[in-house]
Amino acid sequence: MITRRHLLSSAGAGAAMAGIGLWPRLLEAQAAPLNLPAALPAGTRAEAVLETLPGKKPLIKLSQRPPNYESPLEYFRNAITPNDEFFVRYHLSDIREVDAGKWKLKVGGEGANGEAEITFDDLKKLPAHEITAVCQCSGNRRGLFQPHVAGVEWGYGAMGCAKWKGARLKDILDKVGLKKEAIEIVFNGADGPPLPKTPDFVKSLPVWRALDESTLVAYEMNGQPLPHLNGFPARLIVPGWTGTYWMKHITSLEAVTKPFGGFWMNPAYRIPLGKFPLVSRFTSQDTAANTPITEMVVNSLITSPMDGAKIKAGSTIKIEGIAWDGGYGIRVVETSTDGGKTWTPATLGQDLGRYAFRTWSVALKAKRGKNAVMARASNAIGQTQTATLIHNPAGYHHNVIQTLTLTGA
Amino acid sequence: MRTIIFCAIAALTTFPAFADEKPVQLKQAPGLEQVENNCGACHTLEYIQMNSPFLNAAGWGGEVNKMIKAFGAPISEADARTITDYLNKNYGG
Repeated sequence: MITRRHLLSSAGAGAAMAGIGLWPRLLEAQAAPLNLPAALPAGTRAEAVLETLPGKKPLIKLSQRPPNYESPLEYFRNAITPNDEFFVRYHLSDIREVDAGKWKLKVGGEGANGEAEITFDDLKKLPAHEITAVCQCSGNRRGLFQPHVAGVEWGYGAMGCAKWKGARLKDILDKVGLKKEAIEIVFNGADGPPLPKTPDFVKSLPVWRALDESTLVAYEMNGQPLPHLNGFPARLIVPGWTGTYWMKHITSLEAVTKPFGGFWMNPAYRIPLGKFPLVSRFTSQDTAANTPITEMVVNSLITSPMDGAKIKAGSTIKIEGIAWDGGYGIRVVETSTDGGKTWTPATLGQDLGRYAFRTWSVALKAKRGKNAVMARASNAIGQTQTATLIHNPAGYHHNVIQTLTLTGA
Repeated sequence: MRTIIFCAIAALTTFPAFADEKPVQLKQAPGLEQVENNCGACHTLEYIQMNSPFLNAAGWGGEVNKMIKAFGAPISEADARTITDYLNKNYGG
């Protein structure tokens, strides 16, 4: 039998006991009705409820420990997701609050020319950069896969878009310098596994992506310190790439000259080779069969009205939504009311940058009876959403064109 | 000191062991005790409800095996069989 020994084993009994009291603290269950997608597994629909974590508005609880909470649909009606509405996703359950005054980021590795330790003050003294970017879990919409695949059965809400401020990862790595043989940067965060034998959540990026000017170590989210559950005091921001690389509570950066072999790089977070139209790739990690997930696929979400809503026949209703991609920029969002035979372009909202949610809206004349509304986004390099699911074993990259059914009466 | 506290907590292990965690009541059936004691040590039991009812016996067996082989869960062979059986009978599909 296993017990929760890790709680008490690594930081001393006092700290661990304090930790028990601090986390998780569910303030109240919410009784509001939940519009969960019908395609989710029945067990998911039965257990998912709205719950309020410290510092958060109600989120849809999928699991308490480790905490996995997604944002309800109505939180996506603006291009920026407020911090208290932002989703929470952890793989492992030992999540301690980090004291920014004691926090250090260790930089080094056999692929670096030296070593350095960066304090929170040091980090804030580096040139600051700000970027608005979507953080989306690789497995967002996994729960909609048919046939279902095992994992956290997310609906639509394992994503958010925030304005992130921090130092460029490149400026931090410049403090030690990289050897020309360095191929990946390996990074870890302060959270850890419940058992010593469980692989710690450690990830890597190709050096080229680590040095990209958009890759930041962020200490602010929408003008505020990061919430604890979103990575306080600092996390990695990899705009365009899925959330698995956005290491929360980041504590170390290690340059390496050989591909990093940790569990969370391989076999975890893999997609079959050649199935998705991806440009930005992580080839030092390729195997003959698969490759690490990298950039997000182009996608959109109808945020209003809700699926199944009743509308007034003959009236003009407004369909609203958001669209995003891997950082090439949204070119067009189109809607169809005839099952995809003809498409009408929507009006795009303010452009907050190529990594951000792009709002869109379109007016629609409501018919009596069933109104099926489809929406599809296309990006600046000609990619568009898929009509049929590209099935893959881990349930990633769901960007099937959404169809909303509204009833006109 | 650490050992003493560990033993005391271990002896008290009931659900929920985290102060503010809400208990997850799975179906009462043979094997539930093994599920709670083993699976519940590293994650709350919603993971089981959430992943139902679409895994068959091989699917649940694969999940239990992954917890042992990939995540290092110290589950005995006998418990692993009991757990897989419980999951398949009560949450299989």
